[in-house]
Amino acid sequence: MIEVDPDRCAGSGMCALTDPAVFDQDEVDGTVVLLDPTAVGHEKEAREAAHLCPAGAIRVIE
Amino acid sequence: MTETLHPELPMERSSPLDPPTRLGELRETEPISRLQFPDGHLGWLVTSHSLTRAVLADQRFSNRPELQHSPIRIGGQVVPPSPPSEPGMFITTDGAEHSRYRKLLTGQFTVRRMNQLTPRIEQIVANHLAAMREAGPGVDLVQAFALPVPSMVICELLGVPYEEREGFQRDTGTSFKLSNDFEEIQAAFNRIKAFVADLVRRKHDDPGDDMLTGLIQSGELNDEEVTNMGLLLLVAGHETTANMLGIGTLALLQHPDQLAELRADPSLVDNAVEELMRYLSIIQLGPIRTALEDLELGGVTVKEGESVVISVPAANRDPNRFDRPDELDIHRPATGHVGFGHGVHQCLGQQLARIEMRVAFRALFTEFPDLRLAIPASEVPMRTDMGIYGVHRLPVEFS
Repeated sequence: MIEVDPDRCAGSGMCALTDPAVFDQDEVDGTVVLLDPTAVGHEKEAREAAHLCPAGAIRVIE
Repeated sequence: MTETLHPELPMERSSPLDPPTRLGELRETEPISRLQFPDGHLGWLVTSHSLTRAVLADQRFSNRPELQHSPIRIGGQVVPPSPPSEPGMFITTDGAEHSRYRKLLTGQFTVRRMNQLTPRIEQIVANHLAAMREAGPGVDLVQAFALPVPSMVICELLGVPYEEREGFQRDTGTSFKLSNDFEEIQAAFNRIKAFVADLVRRKHDDPGDDMLTGLIQSGELNDEEVTNMGLLLLVAGHETTANMLGIGTLALLQHPDQLAELRADPSLVDNAVEELMRYLSIIQLGPIRTALEDLELGGVTVKEGESVVISVPAANRDPNRFDRPDELDIHRPATGHVGFGHGVHQCLGQQLARIEMRVAFRALFTEFPDLRLAIPASEVPMRTDMGIYGVHRLPVEFS
């Protein structure tokens, strides 16, 4: 399961770059949009996105 | 832990593509070490990847200029204390103030928006490569390609007339030159600011489809804020990507095996860009942060008010994070490098920089398959005297 916190998000886009199937960015302010909270089959990418997120806005709950 | 006092940030390199040797030694023994700043301040130097991430992600560290101390002399002089940030200088603000300004821009720099710019960037790149061919062998790749491509892109995005670039390009160069007098740097910076302020005034009467106009029309900002935000984007869009293109080309030419693999499979360029960012780490000075309270970091106590200098080149060569860190390997997983920083201040323009580098390197080595240096590598003038590392010139040959 993935949780995101748009309030913490700095809009760097690292999540959307790492896995565009799971993450997107808001059109207006660039903050994280979670497309697929389960990320089935994308677990490795989701963990990578959480690790790369500069603002700690993504959490993967195992 | 034995505490060694380092008199100034080590800047001396034993080889042009590698970080100063002393930084690597420090990372092994004291990844957070005491640093004596030229103004007498006793602060810290961080050289490991994990501590770099820890500092940059921790909001107990401030990026406000009036709290910071410079780790080097500029123009041989001790850098005087900085005044607080002017309105809109979002890079050097903290917390809610920073995020308010940054959020007005982040929607403009998303992965999707930057991908949409690809065709236009390809066109700009192709035009400059054609002009470079016309100029013929011996041409300086920096002046013909590395500088004008990102310059034209950021000018178009912001709505800065490209034909007016001469003045602010020269002043940008002046403001990053470490041997210049501090007053000289300040004067150059003020001239760029006056230029952008005038442009903002002109955009009120003659709006365009560009970021400066968008910021004005957002209704959220006064002209001084728009000017300072525009100034930051213009300066950042000039020096950084341009230097990555220059020194990145040199690095690939100096690693012919890697270049051959990139030529054989151009889809490797995405990863090659990450690896070049890691390997070259062109930010020579900082980022710098100042502790807002006493805190524990890497086994030491950093006291409130103490400045911490991060060494990006050292962090990106940390063997605890990257295998064989001193080798350029375009196949390695290089993500997680801190070449664009980390934390809430991580480079706003990083997705633009990625697209520019991907398009530029790919087209350069396709258009000029036998690109080579026109002078011995040892004679390439390196930017050891600049806040952002790279090459001053890169004369190249091709057939």
